Amino acid sequence: MSKSVQPIDAFARDLPRETRDAVLSSVMTRTAGRKAKLEADYENPDDLRRLAGKVKQHTLEHLDEYLEQAEAALIKNGATVHFASTAEDAREQVLAILKENGAKRVVKSKSMVTEEIHLNDFLQKNGVECVETDLGEFIIQIDGDTPSHIVQPIIHKNRRQVAQSFEELGLGDYNDDPQTITRRARKHLREKYLQSDAGMTGANFVSAESGRLVIVTNEGNARFGMAANGLHIALVGIEKVVPRDKDLGLLLNLLGRSATAQQLTVYTQFINGPRSKSQPSGPEQMHVIFLDNGRSRVLKSKERDILRCIRCGACLNVCPVYRQTSGHGYRAVYGGPVGAVLSPLLAGDDFSKYADLPKASSLCGACNEVCPVNIPIPELLLRLRSRANQEGIKSAGSPPMAPFAKLATSPKLWQTAMTASKAMNHLPITMMPVRPLQEWLKIRTLPKWSGGEFRRWMREREGEPRMDTNKHE
Amino acid sequence: MSEAQDIVMGAVKQALSGLRGKTSLPDYESEFLFSVRHKESEQDGWTEFGENFSAVSGKAMNEVGDLVEFLKEGGFEKGYCDPELKEQVGEVLVAAGLQVSYAFDHQRVDDYVFGITRASGVIAESGTVILNDEDTVDRLAALAPWVHVAVLTDQKKVFANIPQAIENLGNSSNVIWVTGPSKTADIEGILIEGVHGPGVQICLRIGGEN
Repeated sequence: MSKSVQPIDAFARDLPRETRDAVLSSVMTRTAGRKAKLEADYENPDDLRRLAGKVKQHTLEHLDEYLEQAEAALIKNGATVHFASTAEDAREQVLAILKENGAKRVVKSKSMVTEEIHLNDFLQKNGVECVETDLGEFIIQIDGDTPSHIVQPIIHKNRRQVAQSFEELGLGDYNDDPQTITRRARKHLREKYLQSDAGMTGANFVSAESGRLVIVTNEGNARFGMAANGLHIALVGIEKVVPRDKDLGLLLNLLGRSATAQQLTVYTQFINGPRSKSQPSGPEQMHVIFLDNGRSRVLKSKERDILRCIRCGACLNVCPVYRQTSGHGYRAVYGGPVGAVLSPLLAGDDFSKYADLPKASSLCGACNEVCPVNIPIPELLLRLRSRANQEGIKSAGSPPMAPFAKLATSPKLWQTAMTASKAMNHLPITMMPVRPLQEWLKIRTLPKWSGGEFRRWMREREGEPRMDTNKHE
Repeated sequence: MSEAQDIVMGAVKQALSGLRGKTSLPDYESEFLFSVRHKESEQDGWTEFGENFSAVSGKAMNEVGDLVEFLKEGGFEKGYCDPELKEQVGEVLVAAGLQVSYAFDHQRVDDYVFGITRASGVIAESGTVILNDEDTVDRLAALAPWVHVAVLTDQKKVFANIPQAIENLGNSSNVIWVTGPSKTADIEGILIEGVHGPGVQICLRIGGEN
């Protein structure tokens, strides 16, 4: 790979057409659906997004208080609360709870945070079967793949690939009808639920006021995982706390519409502790593990706004870069614009490893416009670019800026360069004076050079009467 | 306090120390969350619920007779019914020739094609059925059968909108809002109903005005 091509550009360039088409068609539909739903339902959907953004920002800025409140409420509800500082701590805690209960078979509903700590592999190595139950995640698991979208994990696959995987797993002869595939998964996973010893989930929100854990799914898999066995373990990022129950209404209204153009996701569970005494099915024990894993570091940074994210995936769907690369191009658990901010931050000391991701954006601002919690993603991307620059991190694909800095600080040199560079309009790429520029231009087109125009315009205006700037004060 | 908790809480407190100009917690009226359609609706709650439930592929029914007809036509002949609903629903189904069990056997959950349990309420604005742990006789009976029938007997439990339903979540250890049948669009974005839960979601109101 040439040093002058960003890794994400190279990934997009080499992405099979079939994959790009699958991603593109799906995200276009989702983006249109989200817009139509919000605009049909609200006169000013932006007011709702801004309000939700403030609620989440407030929560983050008072997270210590709300975490303590949430913990106390959860304990009062009969849950056992744990804290994990790192991914390793969290994995060990999950394993310890399972071991204490002699649990060997776990059914898990979709959870990005368990992806983040690579829980499945760890449990498997320790003799615990952990089966993904969300259809998309199940397919990811049997393929040994990773999700490429927060909400639609197999956005990069088509039905033929899924049918092949099912055939290889022994779930029947090759059949690529989505309905048949779904019915086969229903049958196969139902047995897994009924044989399970524990159900593992994430959480979408936790109310500090009541300790209610909110989990949403469309398939009903989290519900099944919490009906067929007696042990529930929820792994929850510390940023999932919200102040009040009423805020759940606000955020649920935005989550469903932003993620899947639904007013509400089909199954919305409000979990207030282990099952009630009269209930024969469901967990007798509920464990909640609050995970830090770099979040407190993000909270300390000026980019803390990113922790508002409610994982709806709308920014991925609308992003021109994500549309060309798919999620795997971001080389991390979280892809798309949110991932371009979150991945370098969560990486901590490995910031430099992901420092190129904030450059994977045209700063068009579409991600901010669709974000249900109004995260100023372009601003955060710029901050991270600046941080990489300050830390002297060189990443591929960026032309060296030192010559530009020299030009831009000397008016005479600048003027000469502006005029001389007109020659660039007539030069073939191979004759460009700066080598990195040649590389850069292989995959990009520059607009026609018109250097010096502004100076000429200023000169012409010098004789004209000036605008009285004080008039408007 | 465990060591891990000390570390996490310490890190959070340290991250926030010295932060100035914090955002205050905004307050807002419930109406702020209402959809335009809900605000403009002049229907009674149950009718509004029925329309919105239907929009998410749910089926709202007013008569046990409608349920009998639906089950027979669909060939859904065998299922479970909450014993509390035996008189009002179960016996009507049996009289019509359907097989009804009043015990839910966890060893053979796939033998029940339909499951009839009590609803704890509905939400008009979103077309949502509310189930809680106390009213739902068995979580699995409301989830494993292909057809789930949630029976609403208390007419006061028709909540107008989401904020009202949230205010009335109560003390149940588990409340679940069900807005249509189980579904997925994971494969090529194609909508398929009946993934892990019911492929048919019904809400039957009994004892209400027609």
